Amino acid sequence: MFEGFFASQPVQNALLIGAAAALLSGVIGVFTVLRGQAFAGHALADVSSAGGALALLLGASPMLGFFGLGLAGALGLAQRGKGDGDLAAGILLGAGLGITALLLHFAVTLRGVAGAASSIMFGSLFATPPGIAWLALGGAVAGLALLIVLARPLLLASVDAELAATRGVNVRLVGGVYLVLLALAVTLSAMAVGAILSTALLIGPASAALRLARRPGVAIGLAALIGVGCCWGGVVLAYASYGWTPGHVWPVSFFITALVLLVYAASAWRTP
Amino acid sequence: MFAPYLLDSWIVASLVALASGCAGFFVVVRRASFAAHALPMAAFPGAAAAALFGVGQVYGVTAAAFGGVGLLVWLKQRQRSDAATALVLVALLALGALFLSLSGRYADAVYALLFGQIFGAGAADVLPALALALLVPLVLLAGFRPLVLSALSPDLALVRGIQTGRVDMLFLAVLALAAGMALPVTGALLVFSLMIGPAGAACALARGPFAALALSVALALGLIWSALALSYLTDWPAGFFTGTLAAVLYVGARLIRR
Repeated sequence: MFEGFFASQPVQNALLIGAAAALLSGVIGVFTVLRGQAFAGHALADVSSAGGALALLLGASPMLGFFGLGLAGALGLAQRGKGDGDLAAGILLGAGLGITALLLHFAVTLRGVAGAASSIMFGSLFATPPGIAWLALGGAVAGLALLIVLARPLLLASVDAELAATRGVNVRLVGGVYLVLLALAVTLSAMAVGAILSTALLIGPASAALRLARRPGVAIGLAALIGVGCCWGGVVLAYASYGWTPGHVWPVSFFITALVLLVYAASAWRTP
Repeated sequence: MFAPYLLDSWIVASLVALASGCAGFFVVVRRASFAAHALPMAAFPGAAAAALFGVGQVYGVTAAAFGGVGLLVWLKQRQRSDAATALVLVALLALGALFLSLSGRYADAVYALLFGQIFGAGAADVLPALALALLVPLVLLAGFRPLVLSALSPDLALVRGIQTGRVDMLFLAVLALAAGMALPVTGALLVFSLMIGPAGAACALARGPFAALALSVALALGLIWSALALSYLTDWPAGFFTGTLAAVLYVGARLIRR
């Protein structure tokens, strides 16, 4: 049944984007979890959906839109004040999602983009053009390279900002670069599994890895490994699902998300 | 706009606003905004499964929302982290996507269930909506004192013999009913806006708790009626108006208070 698997162009693209998204999100996710920003990352992804929808409407690649709004959201996150945050954040999130609804409506009615809502919200891994897949991989590699340079100060700033400052780390600069990389990771994950599911790739592998590994360096490597494994496993399962329900492929983002949850549950089981 | 075939939509939307405005007040007072965010997500796969198996939507949604309550309580008891909760919610959304995909109406149904279908109600939806719109406010009003007291002053509630755990459970169950009922109208992603926008504004503006509750219901009705009317006039999706008007209400009320 897998004769055509690696020869298929959509499958190759899916494996590429999945790997790019999982690598960067897994690595960044470790810092996001350490900083206690799991829900912030989730909110960021929801907001970025408006950018993806706008890009579809304008005929551009959703990748650009996800990144643009993800970046704006990340900057908003950095400016956020204290207190009463939950309500206000939820309300603003709702406004953003309302705008997404409008833009998706226009993408369907004005431009005739079929399945606009499902591709932005739940991803369209198999339908991404090859050029975008390579761009995604390039972005992930660049992001990872930047992260390797910054790993030590960022880790210190994430665990204990005051200590980092006394050690001469420019906490604001490091935090700013981190937010840009977070936006990039959310963008790639949104391309892979959709805007509202991208949390799975950002938080899942990182949380599981942090439960299993003691040292941060090991956790980062493990998170990347788990993420890529779940993505590729999801692609394989989605490909196989064509045989389960004849003529109908199950959503690949379902398999990826389910695999991530399983791995996390297994890690939580091992280390209660 | 008030044509006979749209009458059911107006009635159902009004009933949804009544229940949501009422539940929203308690969400704000009890600081339960996370549950109000999570329960519609948990109800999403139920709505999708109903579409797949051809069951009445209200049953699928209600069952899934109750399942969501159980899941939330379980996660809380085991003191699971943010990460675990977020992952479970996302997995539920993905499960809904799977059901919708298998139902063969993927593209349309995804949009309708995420962002709402305010004009989708039919005559069959009126009776369940009426029952829920009576049940939700009645239970909440009957439990007004314990609901508010256990949130504002857990110690005092304990002295008065109120069992906080049980009150919490009951509240989540009623919230699940309200969220599930609102989901088909506003969509899973915008239930939160309908509940919190009016209630947050009302709590900022009104003096006493009963005035705030009444204002919350009134604002929720105003919000959903505006969304319906504007959506009809512009042919734009109602979810856009629900989400943005809720934000305008909330931000406006905060500015007035300041």
